Amino acid sequence: MLGTRRTFIRTAGAAGVGIAAFGAPAIAQAAPRIVVVGGGFGGATAARYLRLANPKLDVTLVERDDRFVTCPFSNYVLGGFRKLDDNVQTFDALKSKHGVKVVKGEATAIDTTARSVTLGDGSKLAYDKLVVSPGIDLNFKAVPGYDETAAERMPHAWKAGAQTLLLRRQLEAMPDGGTFIVCAPDNPFRCPPGPYERISVVAWYLKNNKPKSKILVFDAKDAFSKQGLFQAAWESEYPGMITWVAGKDGGKVESVDAAELSVKAGFGTEKGAVVNFIPPQTAGRIAIAAGLAEANGWCAVDPTTFASRKAANVHVIGDAAIAGAMPKSGSSANTQAKVVAAAIVAGLEGKEAMPPALFNVCYSLVSPDYGISVTNVFAATADKGIVPVPNSGGVSVGKPTSMGERKLEAEYTAAWYQAIVADSWG
Amino acid sequence: MKRVASMAIVMALPWAAPALAQSPLAIVQTCYVCHGPDARGAAPIAPLAGLPKDHLARQMADFKADRRPGTIMNRIAKSYTDEQIGLIAETLAAMK
Repeated sequence: MLGTRRTFIRTAGAAGVGIAAFGAPAIAQAAPRIVVVGGGFGGATAARYLRLANPKLDVTLVERDDRFVTCPFSNYVLGGFRKLDDNVQTFDALKSKHGVKVVKGEATAIDTTARSVTLGDGSKLAYDKLVVSPGIDLNFKAVPGYDETAAERMPHAWKAGAQTLLLRRQLEAMPDGGTFIVCAPDNPFRCPPGPYERISVVAWYLKNNKPKSKILVFDAKDAFSKQGLFQAAWESEYPGMITWVAGKDGGKVESVDAAELSVKAGFGTEKGAVVNFIPPQTAGRIAIAAGLAEANGWCAVDPTTFASRKAANVHVIGDAAIAGAMPKSGSSANTQAKVVAAAIVAGLEGKEAMPPALFNVCYSLVSPDYGISVTNVFAATADKGIVPVPNSGGVSVGKPTSMGERKLEAEYTAAWYQAIVADSWG
Repeated sequence: MKRVASMAIVMALPWAAPALAQSPLAIVQTCYVCHGPDARGAAPIAPLAGLPKDHLARQMADFKADRRPGTIMNRIAKSYTDEQIGLIAETLAAMK
C-alpha cells in the first residue's frame, strides 16, 4: 500500500510541475504561487532568494509572529553581554525590498492534494509550490515531570524570546555559590553546539559575578559538538567550575521535579539553584500535522532538492528536515533554502535542478573574546545522501598560534551574524 | 583484490552518466553566509565581490595549501577542487 502511494506521488511529482500546473498557456499567464511556512533562517532565505531569482513569482511568507527572534546569539543574553532586542529580525525588507507578501498567522493544516495551507483564522492559501520551514517543537511528554508548566520553573530557553529572558532573570537572582544545572538532549536536536556554548558563556558570567558557583551538566549523549575545544576551554577559562556527566555515566535524565528544582538521573538526584532543561525535539508541529514527518518526528527529504518524501510540490528545510550530516543550524537552513529556491525556479522553467551547494558553519563563543567554529561543505547525491566533502572542514585549530585564532574567531562570530541575517531577512 | 576493484571503477566510468556540475553561482551563494549578501563583506570579514579573478583564485589556492594562514578558510578551501576554485573566483570577480 505504502509502495503504491509512494510510486503515485513520485509519478505525480515528476509530471505535475512542468505540464499540469504551468505548461498550459491559460495557467502559465498567472504567476506561480509559492507559499513559505515559517519566517526563520530557512523560510526568510527561501522567500528572499525565490524573488531574487524570479521577481515574477508570487511568494507568500506565513509567520505566526510579527518578528523573528534568532536563537543564535540568544546564549549571549544569558551571559549578560547582549540584549535580546538585538536578536529581533523583522520582515520589513522582505516586503518592501523584495516584494514578498507576508501573512501573519499560524499554519494549522496543509492539504497536499488540494495544495492549500489553512491558517488559524480558517482562511486558506493556495499554492503551486510549498516550502515548509517550521523549525522545531519541544517534546513536553518525553521526560516525566517536564511539561509546559514545568518550563516556567525550569526554562528550556531553546526558542529565543520570553524563555531566554526568564532564564536570564533566574541566573541574575541566583546566589553566589549556587549550582546551575543544564540538561542536554540526545541527538538530533536544534543547534548541536548550543548547550555547550550556553554552559561556557554562563560560566563567564558566573566567574565574573558569582565565582563560587558551579555548573553541573547532565547529558543524554556520550559525545558532543566541538567537544575537545569546549572542554579544553572550560579547563583553561573556568577551572573547576563545570562538571559534565556523559550519558554512559548516568547523565541521561529520568525525571524532573520542577517545584523542587531537582533532576533525577542515573548519576543521582541533584537539586539546582537554577535548572535549564533542554527537552527532546521534533519538527515543528505543522510538519507533523501535514503528514510530512516520519515516525521519529522529523521530515525525510530528497537530499538534492529537499523535496518532501511524503508529498509532491512540497519542500522541507531547516531544523525540521532530515539532512544527513548537516547539523540543525541557521547556516544549514540558509543554504538549504537557496537550494530549494533554485530547484523550484528550475522546475517551473521545466529544467532539471542542478546539484546542490550546501554549507554549514557554527561559530560558538566560550567568552566574549574566545570563539571556536565547526564548518563543512557538503556533497549531496540521491544514493549517498548528504555527506561532508572528505579531507576538509572540521573544527578550529586545537592549539592557537601567534595569530590569535580564538580572538579572531570571536570577531568573526559577530560578523557571521551580521552577514547571515542580512542574507536571510535583509 | 584492490586492483580488480579499481579497474572495475575505471572501466565503469565511460558508461556512467556524466555528472551535472553545480552552478558556480550556487557555490558562491554559500559564501554569503559569512561574507554577506553578494559577498560585499561584513567587517572584519573580507568583501569579495569584484576583486580580480587571479587574486581570488590565488588566495583560495593558498588557503587550500596552507600557504596562507587563516582561522576557517583553510578548512573550507580544502573542500573545493582547483576547477571549482577557478569558477568561484571567476563568478566573484564578475560581481559588482
